[in-house]
Amino acid sequence: MRGKTLIVLCGLAAALLARNLYVMLLELPDEVSQGPIFRIIFFHVPAAWTAFLGFLAAAGGSLLYLLHKELRYDAFAVAVTEVGLAFAAANLATGMIWARIIWGIWWTWDPRLTSMLVCCVLYAGYLALRHAVEEPSQRARAAAVVSILACVDVPIVFFSIRWWRTQHPQPVVWGGGSMDPAYWKMLFLNWIPLLLLGAVMAALRTRQEGWQREIEALRRRAHAL
Amino acid sequence: MDARNFTYMFYGFLAAWLILAAYVAALAGRERRIRRQLDALKRLLEDKEKERR
Repeated sequence: MRGKTLIVLCGLAAALLARNLYVMLLELPDEVSQGPIFRIIFFHVPAAWTAFLGFLAAAGGSLLYLLHKELRYDAFAVAVTEVGLAFAAANLATGMIWARIIWGIWWTWDPRLTSMLVCCVLYAGYLALRHAVEEPSQRARAAAVVSILACVDVPIVFFSIRWWRTQHPQPVVWGGGSMDPAYWKMLFLNWIPLLLLGAVMAALRTRQEGWQREIEALRRRAHAL
Repeated sequence: MDARNFTYMFYGFLAAWLILAAYVAALAGRERRIRRQLDALKRLLEDKEKERR
């Protein structure tokens, strides 16, 4: 993605976020049973969706690498994994802060929370593995396998609140939970700027991986001379 | 209860944005480091090629 496109996307995301924050804080009413803290959901849930999208895209990129052996797919996979992990961490942090008020505790070993933590640990392991293997194609191959396996946890996290008894609120998307239409709209509207920011960060990171490959090629040339 | 509830709502927003800002800062730092390495390597190669001639 070109520099100007990235700046435009960032500007759009910032404008949308500003507008959403205004509506969230000044126009939407407090939720009846939870109060103002309910508004965390407008970052908590979209952050999770963005993270899952990143992890699924990483698995796709990893599969493409294993099929075609082109390092640009590996570059894409690591970029979206890092971005996904950042959003997953934001999801966990906002969830913990919400839980402190609503449940009175920061954490519980609930299926949803535990599976999300496991997801984060798996992808942190993916990034650690990449540092451990120096040779680019070996690193890409090993990382691709880990990425595809780690992706198995994404549906487990998503469906955990249907499959197991859990403290976590019931799903509001395709689930037994319900939400006021005004909140629904804000949930999806606030996902858009997070997706835009995620796309910009992934594009920048992918570009950096390309430069890193260029550095490795130049080093080999310098050694040869 | 309400004031604490509101405060924690802001902590939540702050936490989410601090984490994302930390990642953006890491990206920026990595970009500076990569550009420096790239420029240094290009200069090194130019010097080596000049010496060969």
